[in-house]
Amino acid sequence: MIVADRKPLEEILNSIKDYKKIMLAGCGGCVTICFSGGAKAVELLASQIKMARKKEGRDIEIIECTPERQCEYEFIDEIKKDLESVDAVLSIACGVGVQAMSQRHPDTITIPGLNTKFMGYPIEHALWDERCAGCGDCVLEWTGGICPIARCAKKLLNGPCGGSANGKCEVDKDTDCAWQLIYDRLKKLGKLDNLKKIREPKDWRTSTNAGQRRIKFEEAML
Amino acid sequence: MKSDSRLEKVLTAGKFAVTAELGPPQNADPEAIKKKAQYCIGNVDGANITDNQTAIVRMSSIAAAAIAISCGVEPVVQMVCRDRNRIAMQSDILGAAALGVKNLLCLSGDHQKFGNHPQAANVFDIDSVQLIAMVKGMRDEKQFLSGDPIKEHEPRLFIGAVENPFADPFEYRVLRLAKKVEAGADFIQTQCVFDVEKFARWMGLVVAEGLHKKVYILAGLTPVRSHKALVYMKNEVAGMSIPDELIKRMESAGEPKEEGLKICLEMIEQVRRIEGVAGIHLMPIGWESITPVILERAGLLPRPEV
Repeated sequence: MIVADRKPLEEILNSIKDYKKIMLAGCGGCVTICFSGGAKAVELLASQIKMARKKEGRDIEIIECTPERQCEYEFIDEIKKDLESVDAVLSIACGVGVQAMSQRHPDTITIPGLNTKFMGYPIEHALWDERCAGCGDCVLEWTGGICPIARCAKKLLNGPCGGSANGKCEVDKDTDCAWQLIYDRLKKLGKLDNLKKIREPKDWRTSTNAGQRRIKFEEAML
Repeated sequence: MKSDSRLEKVLTAGKFAVTAELGPPQNADPEAIKKKAQYCIGNVDGANITDNQTAIVRMSSIAAAAIAISCGVEPVVQMVCRDRNRIAMQSDILGAAALGVKNLLCLSGDHQKFGNHPQAANVFDIDSVQLIAMVKGMRDEKQFLSGDPIKEHEPRLFIGAVENPFADPFEYRVLRLAKKVEAGADFIQTQCVFDVEKFARWMGLVVAEGLHKKVYILAGLTPVRSHKALVYMKNEVAGMSIPDELIKRMESAGEPKEEGLKICLEMIEQVRRIEGVAGIHLMPIGWESITPVILERAGLLPRPEV
């Protein structure tokens, strides 16, 4: 899932300071699961904004909504009618949702209320860790299911750097060294030979280096 | 001979090699290099010119190496994967060789978090093992990483790499060294040895794998002037092993500088006796003037004629 974090309230208030009526749009997808952009987050943020504006003596009107997914046109078409009456949309979907909204409703300004962080999953309640960098050429087959691109601060492909100590990464002592995890896992699986092979330089064209990427699923094309 | 490097000649002649670190300044002053070079001239077989170490901006290692060459010091140019992609690295390798550089040390590089521009994007287009293989390909196969040929004047470089016997996972460190050797490393410089017992254990594994016959291993040594330096390294630098008795010995010393020097000399003696150790690499952080003193007292001067 995509994991996102709310922007500081001050930054959000500043970005909507010129508007008297806004739509606050959440998303029923990933950001609902990570608490930053679901219906509850919409309700909470709306009341925080209203209170702050009331204090300033400049009331604001907010239409609250949480489409099932903000990253698909069919769901954001449902709110089109309400858009006519607002000055702007404050979106607390991920960056994909914000852009889908902007693209589909180009006459209305859409402002992001979240910082989109990474693809990951909750390793425990209310704690998410990054797991995939979307490099476009998956290496998990030989790394024991642990990604060195997303989880090693140097994206190393041929083993740990000299800063791996007591299972932790030198960049952040709370973060596991991805290569220690890979080593331990492969050792357990009896596949340490996977680490003896020299891994060739990665072809980053499948990653973000060749500009915007596109996937076409021919079989499903209409 | 793979290169015209003095370091290569010393090592292939079976002589105990000595290299030392020469850090470029955080400004554009060539005199800073010339001053430090004085401690190296005639005293070492190669002077490592660090590449923005600990991610702090310093004079380019290749530019500093060219100045060192003009002083009569043979540089070992360090190259890290943090700041450049494969295009810039190969370009710099050609440039370094054209300026007379004969040794290149390939490293991943300290993460930018530890430097003075933690906001910077890092590159890590290739890693240190891939860098070693790339330099070897340029030298021996006369081709760029892309496979395009280098038409004459390929860079003739003696290829170095590093290994940290004190980082984790301990058992994997030898496997990783084997990869660097397979990729094309001609010599290895290790992280600073303070824990000789652990280093000897690691060397035992290296010898058991027969790697000491395929690559020259230089033990890294750092003379320290105070126990505080040891405490700092123990607590703040990941992947360092510093025995407590060493800290106590420095703390209780009447003349810490002399004690630090003595410890370094004892360690030189100890690592020399370990099978497979082909030389030492001195890293006197901020204390470059001590290099000739240590080497003189260790009986490593004058350097052999090769």
